[in-house]
Amino acid sequence: MNVSGPTSPPPLKSPAGRPRDEAVAAAATIPARHSGFGQFCHRYALLFAWAVTIAIFGVVEPDSFLQIQNFTSIFNSQAVLVVLTFSLVITLTASEYDLSAASVLSLSAMLVAVLNAQLHVAIGWAILAAFAAGILVGMINGVLVVVVGIESIIATLGMGSLISGITLWISHSNLISGISNILVTYVIVPQFFGISLGFVYAVAIAFALWYFLTYTPLGRQLLFVGRGRRVARLSGLAVGRLRFGAMVAGSFLASVAGVLYAGTSASADPNSGDSFMLPAFAAAFLGSTSIVPGRFNAWGSFAAVYFLVTGIYGLSLMGIQVFIQNLFYGGALIIAVALSILVRRAETREPDIAKEGN
Amino acid sequence: MPEVNAGTPILEARHFSKRFGGTLALDDVGLMVEAGTVHGLVGHNGSGKSTLIKILAGYHAPEPGAELAIDGRTVRLPLAPGRFRALGMAFVHQDPGLIASLTVVENLRIGTIAQRRLAPIAWRDEVRHCERLLSEFGLSCDPMAPVEALRPWQRPMLAIIRAVDETRALLRQSGQGGGLLVLDEPTASLADSNVGQLFEVIRRIQATGFGVLFVSHDLEEVLAITEQVTVLRDGRVAGSGPTKGFTRDDLVRLIVGRAIPPTAKTLRDEARPSEYVAEVRGLTGPGVRGVDFSVSAGEILGVSGLIGSGFAEMGPMLIGSVPARQGRMRLGSESVNLATITPAGAIAAGVCYVPGERLREGCIGELTVAENVGLPVLGRFFHRGWLHRRALAGHARAQIARLGVRPADPLLAFETLSGGNQQKVLLAKWLQLEPRLLILQEPTQGVDVGAREQIFAIIRAFAGRGSSVLCLSGDHEQLAALCSRVLIFRRGLIARELVGPEVTKERIAHECFGSDIPSAA
Repeated sequence: MNVSGPTSPPPLKSPAGRPRDEAVAAAATIPARHSGFGQFCHRYALLFAWAVTIAIFGVVEPDSFLQIQNFTSIFNSQAVLVVLTFSLVITLTASEYDLSAASVLSLSAMLVAVLNAQLHVAIGWAILAAFAAGILVGMINGVLVVVVGIESIIATLGMGSLISGITLWISHSNLISGISNILVTYVIVPQFFGISLGFVYAVAIAFALWYFLTYTPLGRQLLFVGRGRRVARLSGLAVGRLRFGAMVAGSFLASVAGVLYAGTSASADPNSGDSFMLPAFAAAFLGSTSIVPGRFNAWGSFAAVYFLVTGIYGLSLMGIQVFIQNLFYGGALIIAVALSILVRRAETREPDIAKEGN
Repeated sequence: MPEVNAGTPILEARHFSKRFGGTLALDDVGLMVEAGTVHGLVGHNGSGKSTLIKILAGYHAPEPGAELAIDGRTVRLPLAPGRFRALGMAFVHQDPGLIASLTVVENLRIGTIAQRRLAPIAWRDEVRHCERLLSEFGLSCDPMAPVEALRPWQRPMLAIIRAVDETRALLRQSGQGGGLLVLDEPTASLADSNVGQLFEVIRRIQATGFGVLFVSHDLEEVLAITEQVTVLRDGRVAGSGPTKGFTRDDLVRLIVGRAIPPTAKTLRDEARPSEYVAEVRGLTGPGVRGVDFSVSAGEILGVSGLIGSGFAEMGPMLIGSVPARQGRMRLGSESVNLATITPAGAIAAGVCYVPGERLREGCIGELTVAENVGLPVLGRFFHRGWLHRRALAGHARAQIARLGVRPADPLLAFETLSGGNQQKVLLAKWLQLEPRLLILQEPTQGVDVGAREQIFAIIRAFAGRGSSVLCLSGDHEQLAALCSRVLIFRRGLIARELVGPEVTKERIAHECFGSDIPSAA
């Protein structure tokens, strides 16, 4: 494969407001023939789209949409979705699909509710139990996928249903409310400028994930495992352990999202996770087209969640019905994945480069 | 061409030429295969064998002037891809193309079934058809058994029978006579003891009036099964005629193109064992049976052989990506068990492996050069909780610049580089670890001539610093240029060790094909 034409990219200026190293990372994924401006557009297209969405709804619904409390409520309420999306970012980076993440969210929220509201366990212990449950599910997933060798999409589909059953069982299929106010205060009650701690946690986790994927050898190794298991193995990486770790970390983050959910609504519904599944996948894939295009990444996913939610919120203000959510999230997922494939094909000029078949 | 067999020509190719860029891969080649005979086609890698076959399969277009007649009728060239089927030709390659989890009957009939739309499949009739077919060619297996339950040697035969059956059905439809079966290295995956069974199948196919073009490296097989033989060398027909008229040494001479070079007295390398950096003892595994060898400090040891001889299988076993059944490797004072070693363990012990398939096994194409080069040394750039990515990119830049990668830009995606530059990046990825033993698999495959010389220089310079290099390669010219000692594999064993002046391209080729020259004894 010989590439003609310009082979060296122009020296890269860091775009304002972004750490320079991230600029390096982004440049790295974009083949040389892209101009600096093209790269910039590619990386921030999602943010432009978000701004355009806000502008459109601002014009159409100036009175109800452009309110500060609308935005703070969007930011606060969607921390759960952000964290669940991060859970998928980790497993997807390792090229594993974790379809049980939403069920882990429900289980974790329900464990907090049952333990705290019904059995009067201290909220701190209830939260720890929820985290432990998430880690346990992740370990079972890891054993099924890595040790037994089941395709992750099938193993986690089964685990997801199994966990949903457990959640319905421990809740007797009821919504359970009355979760301690301490949790509610520490998650959803606005603390400063209308911003709640839940959003702060989501931002903190975004930083941690960004640091992990970008600045630790482990994150880099996980990327190689996801892109080519054979290459990773021949390079001496512990491929099995990395995949196992990704499954556990993903499930743990899903349980964190569950605790945030319990705090956001002060209650738990046994089916609460279901409505988060598709949005989380849509946001993870949409996020992989921006900020660090071509990779599942923290800030891209973060922006994608708020872009999608803003769209839905605006549409619902216009009086469009609930079905719009399904249309919007489903459409966004398909468009995001299609876009990332088309962009990659255009960039490499070499369609369908044989991927490692594992 | 002498008329020995009165069979009608089933395939007559004349004036086949093919130019790739500046080189003539085929130069006015003619080939005639008669009905009911087996015709051997032999030649070195790059002799034009596969180009010729690919023209027949419609994969390449020949240069103007080529003529082709099938069963006496002239066919217009170039052939459209897939057109060969309607002409009564069938190709069976080394990879039999069977689906292991499906049954024998499903595999045999897949081509027929694929052409129907909604017509119901009468499975009982299909099974009966398959039973007839299997007994016709003397293959005893249950049509309802999954292919993975068959013995490994039965699988290529199943693929051959399928090709014959499909071709016969097509010929019956179009009312043509005999067909042509092209077997490309059909015995490469078979053990010696099963070759006879394959020959039995071929004889029965021959008896049905098919012409068989038998492409093989193995001259003994060619001498045993074929009536006619054609030798290609450097894109030309070096010799052709009834097989009876050739001895094995005649064929080797035609393939290699020169009289067999005189054998220098083999200097057994009696170097003091302590000088050996790496010593492999009793390596046994898929394709390799109890192999011993040693590499000394600063040596580039070449290993070669034919496809399926086992030399290429050693690389994955020495690095631990394919488990060996048994064997030990001593590296300096350390000894590792090759049956249990993992790639991580091998790398830690000072062994690095540069695989032949750059994009599947070497590096990730869509990631950058810096990321790929940096993978084995991430730990060095992780201080106080941060991966120092700029330092890592700088390190990668220095590494690839040292090896002459152009452009020396670590931020390019690996897949955007040319083959030669990709290979240099891959070398940089492993040379930075300063391994004690570097294993190279086909290090200049798909690399242009200029980069080839640069890669040779890189390898020589590395060995010159006192490390050992093991070069597994089917490219004899490359081994002659790089090595002063070459091991030749045949049938899973080291058949010959060539040393010093014996290491020439011709001599290596000659030994790969097997030799009975008395002086070798």
